[in-house]
Amino acid sequence: MKEQTRCGCGETPAPEPLSSPPGPNCGQADPVVREPLSCCGSAGTARGTATVEATREGTPPGIFIDGWMDTPVGPLPRVTTRIMTRDVLGRWKMRWGIGRSGYRISPGLYALGRPGADSIVLVTANYKMTFDALRSELDWIDAWILVLETYGVNVWCAAGKGTFGTEEIVRRVKAVRLEEVVDHRRLVLPQLGAPGVSAHEVGRGCGFSVVYGPVYARDIKSFLEAGMNATPRMRRVEFPVLERIALMPVEIVGSIKPAAWAMLGLYLAAGIGPGFFSPSAAWERGGPAVIMFLEGILGGAVLTPLLLPWLPGKAFSSKGAIVGGVLAGLAVLLFGKSLGAVHAFPVLLALPAISSFVAMNFTGATPFTSPSGVEKEMRRAMPVQAALASIAIITWVGGAFFL
Amino acid sequence: MERFRYLEGVATVRLDENACTGCGMCGQVCPHGVFAMENGAARIFDRNLCMECGACAKNCPEQAISVTPGVGCAAAIIAGWISGSKPACSC
Repeated sequence: MKEQTRCGCGETPAPEPLSSPPGPNCGQADPVVREPLSCCGSAGTARGTATVEATREGTPPGIFIDGWMDTPVGPLPRVTTRIMTRDVLGRWKMRWGIGRSGYRISPGLYALGRPGADSIVLVTANYKMTFDALRSELDWIDAWILVLETYGVNVWCAAGKGTFGTEEIVRRVKAVRLEEVVDHRRLVLPQLGAPGVSAHEVGRGCGFSVVYGPVYARDIKSFLEAGMNATPRMRRVEFPVLERIALMPVEIVGSIKPAAWAMLGLYLAAGIGPGFFSPSAAWERGGPAVIMFLEGILGGAVLTPLLLPWLPGKAFSSKGAIVGGVLAGLAVLLFGKSLGAVHAFPVLLALPAISSFVAMNFTGATPFTSPSGVEKEMRRAMPVQAALASIAIITWVGGAFFL
Repeated sequence: MERFRYLEGVATVRLDENACTGCGMCGQVCPHGVFAMENGAARIFDRNLCMECGACAKNCPEQAISVTPGVGCAAAIIAGWISGSKPACSC
């Protein structure tokens, strides 16, 4: 969701598939640093500030820390605003769904620049990609960053789950003794944290009032310069094409397992025929079937998200079906002769069905679909998808007896 | 920038205009501009833009807003059907 850094939320605020919160034992009072310490020595020391490798009690080391700051509550880690190679690499791994559940930093209070008692307090999640997105936008300011325990989930998703929430804020503010560090009583939250937070209850719980900042971290400067006022534009979530592209890999990776089973099934079904089961038929008919299947995934997971605003209709299932229909039409147009009617007919039915189903699943990655709407379109689309796929399989498998 | 619109007439968000004191929090937290302020009180400007994230209801001090919040994610809804529980994203 997001190469544009969203405020706090950083990356794709949209329901980007991130790790689930681990079990009740995880993350609590756990001083273990989850940031791997390997590959130190990357750009961390370039500025002449030694990268801190040692852990001070309860605070995390790691390359994004470039020093320590003495405060009334003891030394706090100082965050660098620079994004290093390993941060970029880490983000790339997240985009492909590699090791997401472990990509987190320790919750707590961090210093950015040289903050004092009157500096603002920005609240964010402990998903590393979110934290990076935030700090990389803040090289111009002295501030405190209060990192909540969201179990490695971005702000928006964590707010939906309630981990980025009222209780955690109140608890964390007290745990870091924030009232001894700053002399004001105000927290700046990313707007997308709001689904988990009751601003008025935070005030009651810990004495700090909540101000909702902009959606995107890139707007924090204008927000502060305007006296903590966000323009309507800063309050809107966008979903530009680059963001849609950024979400494709993780969607595709997520579909690999079920897709592999389906393709195995296609090979097996392809072998069924007059001679009960023919390995050579499985190979010959299974290959094209798998290609057709992959085309359906391409249609639903790549082309539909890419062309999202321009495809007719509002339901993702119908947008996906249109793309699948066009792909199927092209396939029949180009390869119709070699396919023959026995194969062309199932392709025309199955490809739209697959593309439609996969496109429907992209709803989870978007920042604008309501659960009521998704459920409605699913109840309508899934019987049709199932019927098309069933007829396609029956005619395709049955067709083998007439070849 | 393209504006995305999803299915019409499904969003569950409701505003009790009599309970509203015009604090404006709903308009601040809504990521899709569902609310507008008019004569010192909130009104629903475009219900069909609502994605049911629940931010408005959670931040209304007067509890004037109701919405059934959840994740607009097909995979989560399927998982919810299978397990018989409330859809939750695995994200």
